[in-house]
Amino acid sequence: MADGPTWKEYPMAATISEPGSATGQNTGDWRSERPVRNPEKCDKCGICWIYCPDAALFMDEEGFYEVDLYHCKGCGICARECGKDAIEMIEEGE
Amino acid sequence: MAEKTQSAEFIPRLLPPWELLAEGHRGCQGCGEALALRQILKAAGPDTIVCSATGCMEIITSPYPETAWRIPWIHVAFENAAAVASGVEAGIKILQKHGRYREGKVNIIAIGGDGGTADIGLQALSGALERRHDFTYVCTDNEAYMNTGIQRSSATPFGASTTPSPAGKESIGQRTEKKDLPMIVAAHNLPYLATACPSYPLDLMNKTRRALSTEGPTYLHVLSPCPTGWRHPIDMAVEMGRLAVESGVFPLYEIIDGKLRLNVEMNKRRPVAEYLKPQGRFRHLGPEQIEEIQRFVNEYYDRLIYRSQCDAEAPPTPHEE
Repeated sequence: MADGPTWKEYPMAATISEPGSATGQNTGDWRSERPVRNPEKCDKCGICWIYCPDAALFMDEEGFYEVDLYHCKGCGICARECGKDAIEMIEEGE
Repeated sequence: MAEKTQSAEFIPRLLPPWELLAEGHRGCQGCGEALALRQILKAAGPDTIVCSATGCMEIITSPYPETAWRIPWIHVAFENAAAVASGVEAGIKILQKHGRYREGKVNIIAIGGDGGTADIGLQALSGALERRHDFTYVCTDNEAYMNTGIQRSSATPFGASTTPSPAGKESIGQRTEKKDLPMIVAAHNLPYLATACPSYPLDLMNKTRRALSTEGPTYLHVLSPCPTGWRHPIDMAVEMGRLAVESGVFPLYEIIDGKLRLNVEMNKRRPVAEYLKPQGRFRHLGPEQIEEIQRFVNEYYDRLIYRSQCDAEAPPTPHEE
């Protein structure tokens, strides 16, 4: 900590001026299983997207929901809630 | 069931695209509370100021010097989220009056967990409701103090094993029943109060919108399944919320101008055992205790049905269309 900034360099009252700066955090390395989508079964309903606690899904140009593996913590809610069983959890490293 | 109507109407492209709770927050895997917050902020939109009591949602979103919030946010002590929200509301009002703040409505949301609302922040909440500030209080109820290590709160249900009320030879875990917080809040005669659950996202977002657009103090009680504290599998947060609603443990209702309306009146409900079984905190319960919980739930649910029927027959309130 000695090399880091001291209290004098931090803004007053510990304000954080950059909104959403936690985005830089790689929470994806918590993951032990990763979701893999089967594009043939997926009907783009978006249930996985609305149920993701980490907002780790985004829509690609074709309207499919892709997983942002930098932030996905691998909880598996998307795989469980998918009505079409289009998402499968695969162990990391396979 | 509500689920069916939901999938019929669910069109993701029509939902707000913004993510005001940034990805990269440090919530546990499969956190139901972060999910609830994400959906609430989707409905609230960028013109929102959030005052947050200490709790999981404060811990996971703001490890200094980073923040997961993309809207103005202030963290205050455990007990005074509602008091600070009243101050923000009064401050904006007076600045607008002097022309030093842009015109238009600003949504003010105070967020507290069940500990910050039912135990520690109850007096501040009561005061703010009584002063009739125009804000929305959101209680994200995960039924214990989860961020400090699963300590019981007054919102912990009967029979749950927590660290200060562990299950063992002499104890069945939490001995008292869950405090009926929404009804305590409803006694302040609010224009709008609702219970919701992130397992029903459209319902939660609609209730959020209605609460924010209603003039005066409004309250949302959101059940937030917690895989860490409830000790259920990490992929089951949404499923647990659904089971809680379908078994009648957590009925979804709204109280508008003093009139209670059940969103789904279920005459046939799932057995409570289905809700209790996946949760490690209820693992020690025997059949007699489960039966006792079932009886509590039935009585509570019947009381709600009775009240909703009485309220439906009552003369219309002045605000009712």
